[in-house]
Amino acid sequence: MSAATLFGLCGAALVGLGLFGLIVHPQLLRKILAFNLLGGGVFLLFGIVARRGAAAGMGGDPVPQALVITGLVVAFSATALAVALLLRLSQETGQATLRSDASTNAGTDGVHR
Amino acid sequence: MPISATPGGFLLVLAIVMPVMGVLLSLALGGRHSERIALMLMPVGLAVAVAIAVGVWGSGNVLKYLLGGWGPPLGVVLRADGLSAAMLLTTALVICATGLFARAVFRAPVEGPETRAPLVFWTLLLAVWGALNAICLGADLFNLYVALELLTFGAVPLVCLDGSAGTLAAALRYLLFALLGSVLYLLGTALLYGAYGTLDIALLSGRVRAEPVVWAAAALMTAGLMAKTALFPLHLWLPPAHAGAPSAASAVLSALVVKGSFFLLLRLWFDVMPGLPNQVVAQILGTLGAAAILFGSVVALRQARLKLLIAYSTVAQIGYLFLIFPLASSPVTALSWSAVAWTGGVLQLVSHAIAKAAMFMAAGLAAEALGHDRIAGLGGIGRALPKTVFAFGLGGMSLMGLPPSGGFLAKGLLLTAAVAEGQWWWAVVILVGGLLAGGYVFRVLIPALGGASEPLTLRAPASRQREAVVLALALCAVLLGFVPLRSSELLQIGRPAASAVILR
Repeated sequence: MSAATLFGLCGAALVGLGLFGLIVHPQLLRKILAFNLLGGGVFLLFGIVARRGAAAGMGGDPVPQALVITGLVVAFSATALAVALLLRLSQETGQATLRSDASTNAGTDGVHR
Repeated sequence: MPISATPGGFLLVLAIVMPVMGVLLSLALGGRHSERIALMLMPVGLAVAVAIAVGVWGSGNVLKYLLGGWGPPLGVVLRADGLSAAMLLTTALVICATGLFARAVFRAPVEGPETRAPLVFWTLLLAVWGALNAICLGADLFNLYVALELLTFGAVPLVCLDGSAGTLAAALRYLLFALLGSVLYLLGTALLYGAYGTLDIALLSGRVRAEPVVWAAAALMTAGLMAKTALFPLHLWLPPAHAGAPSAASAVLSALVVKGSFFLLLRLWFDVMPGLPNQVVAQILGTLGAAAILFGSVVALRQARLKLLIAYSTVAQIGYLFLIFPLASSPVTALSWSAVAWTGGVLQLVSHAIAKAAMFMAAGLAAEALGHDRIAGLGGIGRALPKTVFAFGLGGMSLMGLPPSGGFLAKGLLLTAAVAEGQWWWAVVILVGGLLAGGYVFRVLIPALGGASEPLTLRAPASRQREAVVLALALCAVLLGFVPLRSSELLQIGRPAASAVILR
């Protein structure tokens, strides 16, 4: 098994774990962490793409690395926004899930989350 | 294929840079100036959008700009075709109307400490505008990812401007759906780059073949964008978010923000992968759209609150947009019917944006006057706020597809294409959806135009200027029905010649 395959499988596993956590866990903080795990898997995939696409004599294709850096910034801001919203929510309601929230919506809650 | 920047290419840069400059200036100068900055940029932005549309229409060709003079595959291109021009114009129109409408609500206090809401609202409005323009003009899948995320970051805080627990929960749910959507899109992007070594849409369209990696990428990206567009059954986040936001914000969210990710779906299937045999996919997307039309309309009929009713109607109207996939990519028919369906779908995008913005604003005016938005308590509002209720009715006309509104033209074109292509089942859905829309619009109009059970006391008289803005927007939605069909040529500019037709 080559290094690229190994890392590719790791990336796939991270994506799977993240997706599972994002959908299944009711706690919002866990959802946010799962999103980061999922993002980590995607970035790992970009890394492998860079390695596989390297021109002769080069360590890697620089374009995916640039994409990863941009993606990291975006994921970081997304996490910051989500955590800030979560903090406000727990200050307002004292809870950290969306399960029994005082949402304006009735009927769609509880089933999905 | 050598390409170079076309004359007028700088307009594309201006369309993105100007709102971003506004955001930065607002942050630097503070909330007292943010309203003035936003309102000053609005006419300029509208003029830029018109200039781009005129440029595309006049030259009959796409406008391009190479960032930094670097061409693809290494550089990034901005590109405006007919579809972008239509979307840019719609965005500019709705944003300008929202700005005029929101002035009374999000005005910085003249004396006393500065408040948060005005700064946040005006900067986010400009941020949403910039992000939407970047989505319209992007021609690189990763660039589009960044624009999509910017749109999310601009839109989510608009939901919870009032900071109440309910809207915070709605905003978080929206954010989680949106983040899942964009990370799936990014995963698809990674797969495509790994397979073909480029993310430029024009280059990719020449290279993609029907192989497993492309199908995987397409499935991931489509699922992600569906979650962001709130296509049934991934619509769960939309009603609480759009109903809970302040009405000016709801107008932008419902009219424009969900269309941004839909726009990318169009780009993905019709521009990046026009040659794939996508019949099954198109039928699946169409089926989900049809389910959205029926489900959204029926649930809208059962709502007790006006803003929730309008939000569920958005779920339904988004469904119509997805009928473009089976109707505009049908292989068995002549190209011309695909073009008719394409025009109908894009017209639905534009007319729904304008009509829905007007309806949310009208609902906002009614709620401000009454102090609540319970449909049962609307009795007599037609006497008190005639212009507002008229605007709501005009918007509803477009949703129902009554002539001569823009919605009539859009749904009529989709219907004609469905019948002509022998896909009559979509025609049935369009007709039933129109009837259901009539049901939920009249559920509001009948009590609103009827008498009040007790004398109506308005909290505050509605401002004439705000009523005029709403009415003007609703009239635009109707006037769209009078746009000569020749202008649909604009929407064909920049389309691949054999637009999504598989010649077998």
